[in-house]
Amino acid sequence: MTMHGKYFHHALKFRKDVCIGCSHCMNVCPTQAIRIHGGKAELTDNRCVDCGKCYLVCPVGAIIVEQDDFSRIFEYEHRVALIPSVLPGQFPESVSVRQICSVLLEMGFTDIFEVEHGTRILKDAMKVYMNERKDTRPLISTFCPAIVRLIQVKFPNYTNNLIHLKAALDIAAQYYQKKLIDQGADPDQIGIFYITPCAAKIAAIKSPVGDEHSAITGVINMDFIYNKVYTSVKQGFSGKKTCTIPQMQPLQPEEMLWTLTEGESSQISGRALAIDEINNVIEFMEKIENEEINDIDFLELRACDQSCAGGILTSGNRFFAAERLRNNARKARKQGQDVFVRESPESIDDYAAELKKDLGVNKILPRSMDKLDEDMTRAMHKMQKVQEIMKTLPYVDCGLCGSPTCNALAEDIAQGEATVDQCIFVQKKYEQSGKLTPKESMEKMQKIWGREKFQDSDN
Amino acid sequence: MDNQMQFEYNVEGGNFTRAGYASSQIKKILKQLNVDIAIIKRTVVAAYEAEVNVVAHAYSGTIYVDIDTEAVKIKLVDEGPGIPDIDQAMEEGYSTASSQVREMGFGAGMGLPNMKKNADKLEISSEVEKGTTVEITMFLNDKG
Repeated sequence: MTMHGKYFHHALKFRKDVCIGCSHCMNVCPTQAIRIHGGKAELTDNRCVDCGKCYLVCPVGAIIVEQDDFSRIFEYEHRVALIPSVLPGQFPESVSVRQICSVLLEMGFTDIFEVEHGTRILKDAMKVYMNERKDTRPLISTFCPAIVRLIQVKFPNYTNNLIHLKAALDIAAQYYQKKLIDQGADPDQIGIFYITPCAAKIAAIKSPVGDEHSAITGVINMDFIYNKVYTSVKQGFSGKKTCTIPQMQPLQPEEMLWTLTEGESSQISGRALAIDEINNVIEFMEKIENEEINDIDFLELRACDQSCAGGILTSGNRFFAAERLRNNARKARKQGQDVFVRESPESIDDYAAELKKDLGVNKILPRSMDKLDEDMTRAMHKMQKVQEIMKTLPYVDCGLCGSPTCNALAEDIAQGEATVDQCIFVQKKYEQSGKLTPKESMEKMQKIWGREKFQDSDN
Repeated sequence: MDNQMQFEYNVEGGNFTRAGYASSQIKKILKQLNVDIAIIKRTVVAAYEAEVNVVAHAYSGTIYVDIDTEAVKIKLVDEGPGIPDIDQAMEEGYSTASSQVREMGFGAGMGLPNMKKNADKLEISSEVEKGTTVEITMFLNDKG
């Protein structure tokens, strides 16, 4: 919509040439950001939070997640793959982390670093942050970028409750960059590429909400890496002989689990609650907004079911991925990994003091999507119009008008972006009373759904 | 077009499952009208407390919402036992709620004090064995 400027960069792109206008995406969008026009799905930029529900239901792959061209990594001498723990979780237990890493090196990366190392720095900072803000409750995690955007557009009252600290991902990237520079690397020759399980992280990196620049150079989608690793494993590549694997600092068990549901809440003292899946989050936040619940200290909110194990770019089953990560953490705990052993000469702890100084982010602003107008009198007039229009609509929410619900259509009309005769029920009434000819009524539908869908299959 | 709007909601006494429905609707409307978010927050807290009070104590009630560009007025009229001593009811911690209601997380005796804290203006009138009328006023511009 042209009413406001564009607030967000979106990683989800709709391909008009592929879209068949089936409206599956429109019907699952939790923020009602999609409309159908001319037989194609269209995105309202300021409503979309990049959760990717649409991506999952598109039957023809018309929704794509933009990523950097893989060859971009070769523009840099130091090519760092920043991997989240859900990457190894994608593969059956028989595929080792070692194997995955060797495939990444084979592909051209020179360094591999696990994102969750950043949580060690973040966890302490979160404790301090929460203690310093005892009057603001509940504090809400900024782990999931889709949730940060959801709070901005749908629960603007709560932007102050968001924990204004850098994500573990950015901390990890910053650490690795600093480390390489200290080892003599040319800053311009460092390319840090994040292997992402979702679109929201990409959008956050390309236009950070509260933080202006990111240490991350580019993003590679996890499904791309998954296919490379799988092909390699299937072709019998064991990875043991061809590459020397860099010694990696082992993650602590709780660090491995950070990206799963309860990964953060289990680490926070006080009453902490974890909620995953965006519709669950919306339902819960509605209650929080009414202050029906007011003794919660910390909320871990994640847009995907099973958190990052259910990221839209993951290929493995989300329940198996979560299980595998939990098994790994259990094994690590048994082996006494939580008794901190420094196997590698380098650790993110070496830079802890420096990294902690730079954890703040700019203020995350409210971006209410619900307001009908900036001006209250005009908003009131639009609301009256919506009420008036609703009297003529059937409350069926069939979506045939190209808007997800009757109410959404009424609002679109009040905003001057749709007309009431887009409703099939209204069309029938108009045809009956002679206000519309059958031909005109047909044209209305064609305008929404495209001509092709109305062609006679016999001819 | 009018520069004011009215809404009306019915509240069923004793039905806690639906307690909060009217407040949620009011919140949605104020968001759509681009009312300042801090004011929305206070309005909804006061309205929710008042709504729960009707559910907890009265047999039935009606919520009348009146919005113009100056103020939001929420009037809750209930048929119920009434409040014999309003001043006492305004004290923090004072509650007549049954243990059953308290177990559900309601009735901690913070309802009226919390409403007073959040509303710009709060008026309560009551007649024992008839019912109670609560009127919450929120000023949208500089406080009147």
